Amino acid sequence: METLNLLLSGVGGQGVILASKILSKAALLQGLDIKQSEVHGMSQRGGSVVSHVRLGARVFSPLVAEGGCDVLLGFEPLEALRFAHWVKPDGVIVYNADRVNPSTVSAGMATYPDDVEARLAAQPCRTFRVEAGALAEKAGTRRAGNVVLVGAASRFLDLPADVWQRALDASVPAKVLDVNREAFRLGAEAV
Amino acid sequence: MKEILSGNEAIARGAWEAGVLWASAYPGTPSTEILEAVGALYQDDIHAQWSPNEKTALEAAVGASLGGVRALACMKHVGVNVAADPLFTASYTGVNGGLVLVTADDPNLHSSQNEQDNRNYAKFAKVPMVEPADSQEAKDFLKAAFEISERFDTPVLLRSTTRISHSKSLVELGERQELPRPTELERDIAKNVMLPAYARPKHPKIEQRLADLKAYGKDCPLNRVEMGDRSIGIITSGIAYQYAKDALPGASFLKLGLVYPLPDDLVREFASQVDQVVVIEELDPFLEEQVRLLGIDVAHGKDWFPIIGELSPDLVAERLTGQAVERRPAADGLPIRPPVMCPGCSHRGVFTILRKLKVYVSGDIGCYTLGALPPFQAMHACLCMGGSITMAEGLSRAVADDSDRKNQVVAVIGDSTFFHSGVTGLMDLIWNQGSSVVMIQDNRITAMTGGQVTPGIGKNLMGQDAPVIDIETLVKALGVAEENVRVVNAYDLDQVETVLKEELAKPEPSVVLTKEPCVLQYRVKAPALTVDADACTACGVCLRTSCIALGMVGEGDDEHVEIDPNFCTGCTVCAQVCKFDAIRS
Repeated sequence: METLNLLLSGVGGQGVILASKILSKAALLQGLDIKQSEVHGMSQRGGSVVSHVRLGARVFSPLVAEGGCDVLLGFEPLEALRFAHWVKPDGVIVYNADRVNPSTVSAGMATYPDDVEARLAAQPCRTFRVEAGALAEKAGTRRAGNVVLVGAASRFLDLPADVWQRALDASVPAKVLDVNREAFRLGAEAV
Repeated sequence: MKEILSGNEAIARGAWEAGVLWASAYPGTPSTEILEAVGALYQDDIHAQWSPNEKTALEAAVGASLGGVRALACMKHVGVNVAADPLFTASYTGVNGGLVLVTADDPNLHSSQNEQDNRNYAKFAKVPMVEPADSQEAKDFLKAAFEISERFDTPVLLRSTTRISHSKSLVELGERQELPRPTELERDIAKNVMLPAYARPKHPKIEQRLADLKAYGKDCPLNRVEMGDRSIGIITSGIAYQYAKDALPGASFLKLGLVYPLPDDLVREFASQVDQVVVIEELDPFLEEQVRLLGIDVAHGKDWFPIIGELSPDLVAERLTGQAVERRPAADGLPIRPPVMCPGCSHRGVFTILRKLKVYVSGDIGCYTLGALPPFQAMHACLCMGGSITMAEGLSRAVADDSDRKNQVVAVIGDSTFFHSGVTGLMDLIWNQGSSVVMIQDNRITAMTGGQVTPGIGKNLMGQDAPVIDIETLVKALGVAEENVRVVNAYDLDQVETVLKEELAKPEPSVVLTKEPCVLQYRVKAPALTVDADACTACGVCLRTSCIALGMVGEGDDEHVEIDPNFCTGCTVCAQVCKFDAIRS
């Protein structure tokens, strides 16, 4: 299969890493080659976080090329827009509508632009808006917003349902599995 | 069985499979997860420890190697500067059990203070270096490095970079090689005591070792020739190989795994079989210069691939294919989202007061370095681990008149960094009768690297109980006068201010110590505060504490601050700076 290039962009603490793990695990279970890359350290402290996930028959670079992204999962509108230009014209942006103010905005040094969602909608690729927080809350906990987004992304990856189930089972603690399964399902239905 | 492992997890696995018995490190991005994984997964078979700094980590590993077991030390690139002293002479002594030093470099300075290319250390210390290009190689090359170490009687460097350490890929797992444990310590004075008389004859042996390694490199399985289209021959290693393979999979490659010493014969042979040679590497022209020294014509190297920052797949593809990648412009006018002190962080109140006092702050390396960024801008120098105290010493003596508080210097250092190398700086300050105030912000953890235990909290890496090295007792024992060691509550802004003013007025060294734990690692949370919208004048003073729980809402007369209860930990710093008593519990 052609290599599929995903970017997951968000804010430190939003669960970008766990979402990447589920996607990678699903690819592994499907017998695909997989590379995933992120940066830890200073960026964890409320800063922008981006994770690259590439899957296919044989994958070399762990980084997606600028302009070569097939699916962008934006965990926050501003962070989605920050990477929107990486997406191919025939690619997809799925983004969570819940805003998180950057510290620069909290401190009154900058303003959160009010046209972020309009600019996302105006991208040449297809764009899907997901209310991940609300859907996760419906599933049982607001913290499962990342799994809602993985569910939404699953619609654009040609992997069987049981692979997603097994990937989810292997990635989240057993006691919150049901909540996460529901979050995944609601995410998949949302796009 | 294949598993998805990060480069760091794969190195840890490689250590286990190689029969390693000793692993030591000081945390540092992007190397930290190696020892975390060894400690979490393999502590039954490997003694794993955090050391106070990289020098002690390497020295202890050298000792284990001399004792006859395989030993591993891990650190970030700048950590090798700290450990350089033992490294350069361990090159002379050689090893008994295999000894590998992992250096995790950080091109692009994702979480570092400089961008040094530690391949240069291999040449400088005259030791071999291996460089993996993915997680499978990270594991395999570590095992190979131990064999090279023992075969050639040398420490071996394994160089990773952020994109190897923090990228995940599939790894075929193997079994542990059980190695016999020595029953007694061998004594060999001429080999292991580096007096001039014993060290001098070692130097020619090391030069011979490098020559032997060059010859070995020709058939070394870590170096691989992939002949394809002969119009272009790419010499590369590490992550650059992956970008080049994606861009031009059909080209001819000399993929180097043993990157120092360069296998001259193999390079010459490869170059003779291709029309033009292109060298692709991140940072310094380390390979390129050596290839050119062989008299080989390098068609392209650093003229194509920048010496600064990371390479990227699109940049490499553009150069190799000659086709420009279609780039759309990035969205403009977006507010940046820099890293920031967490809501409830014990550093916030201290930096609020340091800003207010207008003192010169000599800083150090940790989360508190964020105090240099707006809206605090209350750190004026930060150089290296442990440097804050000694720099403060020099700064205070440099200025002619320190009666103005703007010319008074406060050193700010965290607990882990103080243990790392601040202790010696404090000795310097005390012995030489400097006058600075040293603020030790003990948050009971190595926070910036994700929460590793320190010598101060009574636990070691393997989760066992350990003796507590108490900072307060230590600084008094070093000679800071009893009345000049002040413990303050980091969340009591009046107290922090009063005590700092009192200590700044004294002519001898003082230590002001906070002990409030890291809110992130210790999950500290009190009920969220609320804002009385009528009392709030929207003056914005609280926003200058730079807390993401705070935000201005409403417009005109309705404008006021709101607190997000999901983020607020109830630390009360914002309430203490509010002049209108609008923020309440």
